[in-house]
Amino acid sequence: MTTFLKLLFRNRLAAVGAVVLAAILLLALITPILPLADPDVTATADRFQRPFSTGHLLGTDHLGRDLLSRLLWGTRLSLAVGIVAALVAATIGSGIGIVAGYFGGRTDNIIMRGVDMLMAFPYILLALAIVAALGPGLMNALIAVAAVNIPFFARNIRGVTVGLAGREFIDAARLAGMGHTRIILTELLPNVLSTIVIAMSTTVGWMILETAGLSFLGLGSQPPQADLGSMLGEARSALITNPHTSVVPGIMIFLIVMSINLLGDGVRDALDPRLRSGALTRPRAVTLVDRRGNVPHADQKGLLNIQQLETQFHVGPRVYRAVNKVSLHVNPGEALGVIGESGSGKSVTALSVMGLVASPPGVITGGAVRYEGEDLLAASYDSLRRKRGNNVAYIFQDPLSTLHPLYRVGDQLIEAIQAHHKVPDAEAKARAIELLKAVRIPNPESRIRNFPHEMSGGMRQRVGIAMALANDPDVIIADEPTTALDVTVQAQILSLLDDLRRERGLAIIFITHDFGVVAQLCDRVAVMYAGRIVEEGPTATILEHPAHPYTKRLMACVPELGGGKRELAAIPGLPPVVSDLPPGCAFAPRCTKATEACQQGEIDLAGTATHTVRCIHPEEELA
Amino acid sequence: MGAYILKRLISAVPVLLGITIIVFLIMAMIPGDPATAILGSYATPENVEKLNRDLGLDQPLINRYFIWLGNMLTGDFGRSYSLNRPVLDEILDRFNATLILAGVSFVMCSVLGILAGVVSATRQYGFADKAITFIVLIGISVPSFFLGMMMILLFAVNLRLLPVSGMYAIYGGGDLPDLARHLIMPATALAVVATGVIARLSRSAMLEVLRQDYIRTARAKGVDERRVIMGHALRAAMVSIIPVLGIQAGFVLSGSVYIEIVFQWPGVGRMLVDAILKRDIILVQGGVVFVAGAYVFFNIVVDVAQSLLDPRIKT
Repeated sequence: MTTFLKLLFRNRLAAVGAVVLAAILLLALITPILPLADPDVTATADRFQRPFSTGHLLGTDHLGRDLLSRLLWGTRLSLAVGIVAALVAATIGSGIGIVAGYFGGRTDNIIMRGVDMLMAFPYILLALAIVAALGPGLMNALIAVAAVNIPFFARNIRGVTVGLAGREFIDAARLAGMGHTRIILTELLPNVLSTIVIAMSTTVGWMILETAGLSFLGLGSQPPQADLGSMLGEARSALITNPHTSVVPGIMIFLIVMSINLLGDGVRDALDPRLRSGALTRPRAVTLVDRRGNVPHADQKGLLNIQQLETQFHVGPRVYRAVNKVSLHVNPGEALGVIGESGSGKSVTALSVMGLVASPPGVITGGAVRYEGEDLLAASYDSLRRKRGNNVAYIFQDPLSTLHPLYRVGDQLIEAIQAHHKVPDAEAKARAIELLKAVRIPNPESRIRNFPHEMSGGMRQRVGIAMALANDPDVIIADEPTTALDVTVQAQILSLLDDLRRERGLAIIFITHDFGVVAQLCDRVAVMYAGRIVEEGPTATILEHPAHPYTKRLMACVPELGGGKRELAAIPGLPPVVSDLPPGCAFAPRCTKATEACQQGEIDLAGTATHTVRCIHPEEELA
Repeated sequence: MGAYILKRLISAVPVLLGITIIVFLIMAMIPGDPATAILGSYATPENVEKLNRDLGLDQPLINRYFIWLGNMLTGDFGRSYSLNRPVLDEILDRFNATLILAGVSFVMCSVLGILAGVVSATRQYGFADKAITFIVLIGISVPSFFLGMMMILLFAVNLRLLPVSGMYAIYGGGDLPDLARHLIMPATALAVVATGVIARLSRSAMLEVLRQDYIRTARAKGVDERRVIMGHALRAAMVSIIPVLGIQAGFVLSGSVYIEIVFQWPGVGRMLVDAILKRDIILVQGGVVFVAGAYVFFNIVVDVAQSLLDPRIKT
């Protein structure tokens, strides 16, 4: 509750709304004791006095009545009618909703059908019909407005009640022999009350406006009694000659509605869990680059060369170092595996290459990504866009969420082709079919007309691969492309990728948490932990002689086929949160070989030209 | 697709029946003797009795409903006492005016609202976003009838740019440019609130979609950012925007009653208010059923549009 209030008042606009609304409510409350002229006494000699004339701060209307007095009394009436209408609508609507939700079945069905019927009307038609039947008048306008809003409450409260009615405490109350009425009043009502209050606070401004509207049309309050709407309605005939008589009540309605809206928005935002955590990602075309140190010099390593890359997430005051000085490179025809647990920074490294990290909160704060020697982090958006998919392509995990759900897969493939090559549609379509054939999708001619949800997981993943191949890229970055698939499909896709790199000389960066996959496909492997590379070397070497304790433990997690009964060794503890890393080795708290020296200071990657490790107590000395 | 449209049309039948039942029940709430209410307290007993017989008011409620419904099905909506002509003729004469006003206004608020929402979302927390959010906040807080009056004061009276009210000039005019000049202010005043609501919703729908993985996929394959926003993101966001357009159409239709009064627009809304003030119950009854029915059909159009947009909806 206190966090809620804090959030609410941190929102300056909501605070302004609260203050304005409180002031108006206070004025309306004390109106009877203010020294005001009688709002209904006419003095035709004084008609249409301008504002700020003596004795009439806001002037007078067409019958010489004091506008200030009429405004305050009118505000009082409008607020009262709006609030009463809200209370009536909330009481009856919630009652209907609770009964429907609690009893369910046919009762629910019949009631909600009726509610749906009421909601089929544009609201004012219903209100007009009711006023037409009952005759114009403020009381009847109130009934009409309340009636029109009943379905809204009934729907909302029914939804909440249905959720509650199946819960244990209701069953318990029933078993304890409580009657329906008592259960509803003592068990259900207290639990839905907060929903009712929130629904009321969001609709009360609306109901004030609606009653004012009916009065404006002459169907609400009748002369001489005035609410804000009828004041505006009466002033309309003198709009051109004496606009102040219209402006005064109009601005008051505006102020009331706006302050309620501001407050309501504030309440909604304060209750929104996503805003609470402050973890909203924002959409930009390219990840923000804000490099503080010097850009590393080109060192001619590999076709794609990641040098000292640092990517961070800035969330409020906290800084998460997701990628910390990571260097990786890959040559044509080579497959590099990047392995680590979730949260180790391997995906963020991959996404940083083409500027695909959501930004903000993501920021690339250092290092370089060189493609054929050119620093991509310094490239213009347009030059980067032309390389995306054309030179460096991605295959993502979970193709159900990574393919656009509303476009046919063929069109998505064609789009990938036409993003880089101005070819006619027919040609692009032929190429799309060819691509689907290349990834071994049967009946590609008919499959291109499928939507993603009409395909199986394995098929969708193949479409993802086909899309990555569409422009014959030099580098493919595959981010856990087989994680969501069963083993046979996984094996097929891995052999497909392997063929492609042998046939086309493709360079592959393969991101995974699975050593089995690495063994099958990769020439070299880099192990990541807490945003850093802890070991790198040829796959065979690392599989046989892992140097870092973490690598060894990670490999122990993989069950060996035919290895018989063997205990799977999970690594105790969790990977650290990368916002507040201690100095030295991040794995030390989970490591059996850790000594004090491990957490004293920076440990460098060291070893031979091909095999490096970041550890002062390696499992095997690298010579 | 044809089957789906047919299905939706058939499912509209019970809704339309429900609407007639509700309107009928509301009108049955008229306190006292409806014939006296219609004819006024000076009516002679013979006239009251005659009217009771004409309206079938001497019959039980359920019979009266079916007589009324049967008449409407044959196109007989009754006769207006205040205008002395068939209700349906009057409605049909005026419905065009309402349709033009509400239709133009609806197109305005949809296009402007979605555009504002898209701009706002792609520049989240930037200057454009803050400016739009602020304007939207003002827009959804101004009562349309007050806004309309202020527009008359500014654009018609002070600046003399546009006609004060009406649908066509009294002398000359009557052509499309004349209609457009008369339409600008009322259509705008009517569109403002709905534009604000649609802009807000479009903004949050776009933000939700822009976070999705398939947007990253589109960017990763090198699609131009403009196409990512207008093609991929907006297309997906429309799935949640379109139902709101349907709801807002109801609000635009409702608001047109006020706007027709403020701008002396010769539409159904003004007819209804006049009819209520003159206690012309038959005219109100017919008007409400007609407009509500039209709204039901509009919602079918919205549903069909939705199913065209989203292949995951089973048609």
